[in-house]
Amino acid sequence: MDAVDGNAIGGMLIEVFGTEMTAARSTCETCGASRPVAELVVFRQAPGTVVRCRTCGSVLMVLVRRMDVISVDLSGLADLSPP
Amino acid sequence: MARTAVRGRLTWQTATVASVTRETTSVVTIELDPPHWPGHRAGQHLDVRLTAEDGYTAEREYSIASAPSEPVIITVERLEDGEVSPYLTEELRPGDLLELRGPVGGYFVWEPADGGPLMLLAGGSGIVPLRSILRHRLRAGSGVPTRLLYSSRRWEDVIYRDELGQDHDGVQVGYTLTRGQPAGWTGHTGRIDSALLAEVAWPAEANPLAYICGPTSFVETAAAALVDLGYPPERVKTERFGGTGGTDGRSGR
Amino acid sequence: MSPVSRGFRRLQRDSAGQDSRLPPGQHLTEGFPVLSAGPTPHTPLEKWTFSITQGGQTRQSWTWQEFQALPAETITADIHCVTRWSKLGTQWRGVSVGTLLGKAEHDAPYVMAFCDGGYTTNLPIEDITGGRAWVAFSYGGDPLEAEHGGPARLLVPHLYFWKSAKWVRGLDLRDTDEPGFWESYGYHIYGDPWREQRYAGD
Repeated sequence: MDAVDGNAIGGMLIEVFGTEMTAARSTCETCGASRPVAELVVFRQAPGTVVRCRTCGSVLMVLVRRMDVISVDLSGLADLSPP
Repeated sequence: MARTAVRGRLTWQTATVASVTRETTSVVTIELDPPHWPGHRAGQHLDVRLTAEDGYTAEREYSIASAPSEPVIITVERLEDGEVSPYLTEELRPGDLLELRGPVGGYFVWEPADGGPLMLLAGGSGIVPLRSILRHRLRAGSGVPTRLLYSSRRWEDVIYRDELGQDHDGVQVGYTLTRGQPAGWTGHTGRIDSALLAEVAWPAEANPLAYICGPTSFVETAAAALVDLGYPPERVKTERFGGTGGTDGRSGR
Repeated sequence: MSPVSRGFRRLQRDSAGQDSRLPPGQHLTEGFPVLSAGPTPHTPLEKWTFSITQGGQTRQSWTWQEFQALPAETITADIHCVTRWSKLGTQWRGVSVGTLLGKAEHDAPYVMAFCDGGYTTNLPIEDITGGRAWVAFSYGGDPLEAEHGGPARLLVPHLYFWKSAKWVRGLDLRDTDEPGFWESYGYHIYGDPWREQRYAGD
């Protein structure tokens, strides 16, 4: 199953952040690459949703849904800011 | 009013299915009537959630096929071994209820003020959000020069055939068929690649704005080709629908 | 309250008569779903090695050829994914982890499995020895496909299948039970499907 991109998790990100995030600008903590969240590589055929940098492949975000709660780990991001 | 709009955007609501129209043997268009729709932008999608009797749920995303001023319409392709798409394309009937959330998306959207010229590349069901953009352009009276290149397996798989066949000022539509062509076919054949785009795409000097939507491998090939032709990456917008192998979407909660 | 979607059923089905072989909350699947946290790696066999490491040192290592020369077993196992699908009676061929660990004298109580692509998962030594775990290179009579973890993956059927790490390249011997990839994002440190240990705190 191929990866998708940040567009596909737009709804989940609204749940987590309370606002539209696909146009937000992400910066990779590992390689410094910066791009809209919509252009990140998303693996969601998994126990959780893993969002990776398109340039270096590092994990930027991991979202795990447990019942009605989504836990989100953003430690792979150096920055996440409005478009 | 504002409070209702925000609630509709962030939460699930139950829409009634107004109509189900078959487009091709594996594709249907579904008109929905959500109670609290805040309006949408061309290119956005909505999330659909199905709930089985035993409480099992499955969620998927579907691009909105209609222009901002029109009712909420999605177009769904049946995926082999899919779990949700066979239900939506073969079981769902007018009068049924469908839970949805949206609209979603602030990146893969187009407004007339964004300008162009527009370079639209569709792979299979990737045509859906691009059709929303085309309809919005028309209804808004925008004259932005637009080229659409639509890649499909066969002519029978082309969605919105009649509509795309209509002549509109400033819109050029081309097709490439990858698995079979009707007798006398004068359009393109084979998958979209650098050679085809070099021939068909707006030149980079025109400063075009590109929207590419379809299966992941299609989008990556097409996007790389446009960047190779000189399109700045920030003017190439992409939306990937995933692969065609294996079961569709996520496993349910 | 979500309305029930008229006529909608899950793809995966229970099978009456096999119920007792399904841990709580699991359903049978006909296919073999592919789940992954990252892209499929493609390490060429001539570069592939499997290693037992400890404290930054390689204690033992096998090339693919050396690995293929080790005694292999046929395993029939029920497997259970934390995303709720199960498959009964799956067939594998692999080298038992006991065979691999046996050569290296050690008293480490835990391992961290490490893989191409960076995936990790932690396991107690007693859960991967005594005939409970293998490094598997064949599924259903065929070489293990890349998308299912080939050329070789860990196979630990008595735990949730995220512990059966795909694209495994070795085991790092550890004194403590540190969380691996999914464990550090909230999944259970041990993962027993019969006690439904899906998430931390379950």
